[in-house]
Amino acid sequence: MVRRPSLRARIAQWVFLTALVVVAVFLASNAADNLSRRHIAFGFGYLANTANFDIPFRLIDFGPDDTYARALLVCVLNTLLVSAMGIVAATLIGLLIGLMRLSSNWLIRNMGLVYVELVRNTPILVQIIFWYVAVLHNLPGPRQSLHLPAGVLLNVRGFYLPVPVMGQNGPSLIVLALALLVAAPVVARLTIGGSRLVKLALAMPLLAILLFCAGIEHIDTPSLTGFNVTGGVQLPPELAALWAGLSIYSGAFIAEIVRSSVQAVSEGQREAARSIGLKPRLVLLLVVLPQALRMMVPPLTSQYLNLIKSSSLGAAVAYPEIFQIFAGTVLNKSGREIETFAIVMAIFLSINLAVSAAMNAYNRRVMLVTAR
Amino acid sequence: MRLKFGSRLTLGGAVIAAVLGFGAQAYAQSTVKSPTLDAVKKRGQLSCGIDTGIPGYAYQDSSGKWQGLDVAFCRAIAAAVLGDPEKVKFTGLTSKVRFTVLASGEIDVLIRDSELTFARNTQLGLAEPAVNFYTGQTFMVRKSLGVSHVKELNGATICVETGTTLETNIADYNRANNIKIGTLLFERPEEAFAAVEAGRCDGYTDDGGSVAAARSTMKNPNDWVFLPETIGREPLGPYVRQGDEAWFNIIKWTHFAMLEGEVLGLTRDNIDAAKVNPTNPDLRKFLGAEGDLGKFLGLDNDWSYRVIKMVGNYGEVYEATFGSKGLGFPRGMNNLWTNGGLMMPYPWY
Repeated sequence: MVRRPSLRARIAQWVFLTALVVVAVFLASNAADNLSRRHIAFGFGYLANTANFDIPFRLIDFGPDDTYARALLVCVLNTLLVSAMGIVAATLIGLLIGLMRLSSNWLIRNMGLVYVELVRNTPILVQIIFWYVAVLHNLPGPRQSLHLPAGVLLNVRGFYLPVPVMGQNGPSLIVLALALLVAAPVVARLTIGGSRLVKLALAMPLLAILLFCAGIEHIDTPSLTGFNVTGGVQLPPELAALWAGLSIYSGAFIAEIVRSSVQAVSEGQREAARSIGLKPRLVLLLVVLPQALRMMVPPLTSQYLNLIKSSSLGAAVAYPEIFQIFAGTVLNKSGREIETFAIVMAIFLSINLAVSAAMNAYNRRVMLVTAR
Repeated sequence: MRLKFGSRLTLGGAVIAAVLGFGAQAYAQSTVKSPTLDAVKKRGQLSCGIDTGIPGYAYQDSSGKWQGLDVAFCRAIAAAVLGDPEKVKFTGLTSKVRFTVLASGEIDVLIRDSELTFARNTQLGLAEPAVNFYTGQTFMVRKSLGVSHVKELNGATICVETGTTLETNIADYNRANNIKIGTLLFERPEEAFAAVEAGRCDGYTDDGGSVAAARSTMKNPNDWVFLPETIGREPLGPYVRQGDEAWFNIIKWTHFAMLEGEVLGLTRDNIDAAKVNPTNPDLRKFLGAEGDLGKFLGLDNDWSYRVIKMVGNYGEVYEATFGSKGLGFPRGMNNLWTNGGLMMPYPWY
């Protein structure tokens, strides 16, 4: 028979690939059969149909007259929003708790331990519903809102912040302010006649803030009108509960990654840093953390990916993300299971591949040169 | 071509014979051929998709046994088909997954307070054999809000279960009246009820029966009122897959048998006495003493007797679930047509 191992391996690979294709074709034709038996044609044309439902929380305009495609965009943005907020918060929590776990203080060290064990060993869905039902539902109703400083309102319907409303010149002034901010570091390096323009560069951000303030027509403060608080910008309790659940849960795992990575930095590095007279805080900041960071990045990436996928649990607490709106309402109204789930999977896949690619690029930058 | 008289006769005879033969074959097929019925009989168990738990339609009593209007319908089908109302496997389904599970063949019939619509019938490829509960979309709000009409809910937030026709109805109502009633969509009723109780929403909406169920779970049900006006119309009933007409017929006529029981005054308690020597021709046919009602469905002739004996007539079931022994929800549209309702079983002959 085939003697050469390389050829044998190649044949085995081709056989396996062919088998895979056969299975895929079988599954596809099976699905096609079922669809045609139910008189359903496969296609994505339904995305152009009118949605005729409302999405309670959204970053861009959406009304019942808009299409399913727009509804998809709205809920993708909602998923991205809570994922981004969750990743930032989980990283900060993880860093804090991870360093607490390494503290020489008994109380701080064990507080960190209790946090990690408590959070890591209960299901995330239970935690999200706990924050929503057991914590946020205890806030007062809209008519008994808590009035916090600076016009901030807090009640069971959410957290309401005042928001500046820009006048007619607003957009152009914002562009100008942004341009000044971007230009400031560049100007700081310029020299005219031998003297550097540092003073001018320092004045530019101030000028930008002034320009922004000049563009504000009025401040929209939240206030009670009718049933609900209107005006300002609202952080709904659904978002808050999901955000809290995701970041507190992932934070515990990240804390363990931080702790183990810091402990993995060899003792010699610490001793060397101490022996050149660095204070303990600087030993951590300048020597240990930068080296630990290299080890953290790959496991951290998988935590971030998990967090993004877990954002679909928001469906349980009425947060309008992809799974709830698109694989829920839209699926039910259109009855397009295969297409809808293909889209949902493709979106999660692309978000996660993008995050993964960014983290890998970062990893290559911070990786030890000798490790290549 | 001209044929001799003799051969014309032969040809005519052949045509008649062929038509008769074909007719007989078609007749035989239409009475027995149902893949779903065969599968249920072979399995010895009916697989019924119901709600995950909502008073009135489908809920577990203190001993963990499923009860409710939809549950009783499942049991009636099992009684008719298998002769035992307990031979049912209940599968609790969320509103989101119910049609997918039915279409995939995991369950034989879906009886889950589901609204019967054109879109579900045509686009999802499902059939709608009967209406077992007529209602409209009803709103429940806190009494202290002082709201008396749906239009006054402009600016309010209402909790809704996702994957339903309710969201669409509210969107349509908003557009028609140029107001804005906000919605908050929940996956399961439990979290939605909790959010309503906590004041996250100003009210709750669903079909009338479900709202009555929601009110019964509130800490203080008397703090909540139903708005008298309903929007949309919600005929609720079972769903089966298209392409099995014989099975469709069994579901449809089991429902009508439960109604017929009420029309004829047959109850679980008196049906045995009524069966002894019925004289009323309607009763004789219904109880299988005359005619072949069962055979035409692919069942035996005692099927309708078993439905009433083992489960009860529609009125009895309603009384125990939604009526005075249950949620105290007025019978209204679900009365027999003779009492001003919409429930009218088709005649049997």
